[in-house]
Amino acid sequence: MTWAAVVGAGVGCYLLKLAGLSVPDRVLTRPLVARVADLLPVALLAALIAVQVFATDGGSLVLDARAVALAAAVGLLMLRAPFLVVVFGAAGVAALVRLL
Amino acid sequence: MESQQRTIVRDSLAVGLATGTYGLSFGAVGVSSGLDVAQTCALSLLVFTGASQFAFAGVLAAGGSPFAGALTALLLGSRNTLYGLRLAPLLGYRGGARLGAAHLVIDESTAMSLTRDSRADARIGFLTTGGSIFVLWNLATFLGALAGSTLGDPRSYGLDAAVGAAFLALLWPRLDQPLPRVVALLAAAVAIGAVPFTAAGVPVLVAGGVAVLVGALAGRPTGSRT
Repeated sequence: MTWAAVVGAGVGCYLLKLAGLSVPDRVLTRPLVARVADLLPVALLAALIAVQVFATDGGSLVLDARAVALAAAVGLLMLRAPFLVVVFGAAGVAALVRLL
Repeated sequence: MESQQRTIVRDSLAVGLATGTYGLSFGAVGVSSGLDVAQTCALSLLVFTGASQFAFAGVLAAGGSPFAGALTALLLGSRNTLYGLRLAPLLGYRGGARLGAAHLVIDESTAMSLTRDSRADARIGFLTTGGSIFVLWNLATFLGALAGSTLGDPRSYGLDAAVGAAFLALLWPRLDQPLPRVVALLAAAVAIGAVPFTAAGVPVLVAGGVAVLVGALAGRPTGSRT
C-alpha cells in the first residue's frame, strides 16, 4: 500500500509538471495570459523568498539568522556584488549568526 | 562557451549544490517517518519536488495514511504546473526532450531559467540547475536515509539562507519598475500570511494568485483597445 502511494505520487507529480510544459503557444500569446505569465515569476520568486526566509518546517513564522542573511543579501545587491558573492555571503552570515 | 553562459553554469551549480545537500535532511526525515530506505529513495527519484516529498513524509509521520500523503504531495506538486506554463515558451522543448525536461521542472530550475534573455541561456540555466539537483538530491537522499538523523544539519552551514539569497538576486533586476515591485511585495505578504494556516508549498501557490489578479486588473484599460 505504501509502495502504491509512493509510485502514485511520483507519476502524478510528473504529469503535473508535464501538463504545464505542454500548454500550446497560442494560449500563451493571448494578452491576458502573457501579462499574467510576465508577473507570475515575480510573484513566485517573492513568495519563495518569503517562505524560505521566514517560515519553519513546522509551519510557523520566525525571525532568525535567515532574516539577517537576507538583509545582508540586500546590502550586497545594492553594492552590485556578483551572484555567487551574494549567495555565499548570505550563507556565511547565517552560519556566523548561529555560531554567536 | 561564452563567458555569460559560463557564469550561468557556475551560478546554477552553486544553487544545485546548496539545494541538493538538502536531500540529506529528506533522507533522514523519510526513514524516521516510517518509510524504508528504498521507498525514501523512490520518492526522491520519482516525485523529485522537495515540498511534495517532505509533505508525504510529514503526513505519514503524523499518523496519516500513505494515500493522504500522496494526495498532499499532488496538491503541492500543482505548483510545478504553473512553472511549466511559464517555462514552455522560454525553453521550447518538443517531443522526447519535453518528456525528459518535465521531470526537472522544480522551484530552483525554474528560478534559474526564468530571468534569462535567450532560449539558449534559459536552457543552460534549467538543465544545469535541474540536472545537478537531480543527481545530488538523490545521492544525498540515499546517504541521509542510511545515516538517519546522525548527520549534521545543513542549516549549521547557512545553506538554507543561501537559497533565499539566490532567489532574491534573481528577482532584484525585475524590481526596477513599480508594477513588479507591488506584485513582489503583495506576493511575499500573502505567502507569509498563508504560512501558519497551510501546508508547505501552498503559500507559494496562493501568492501565484496575486500575479493572476494584478495581471487581470492592470490590463483592463489596454485590453479594451486590442
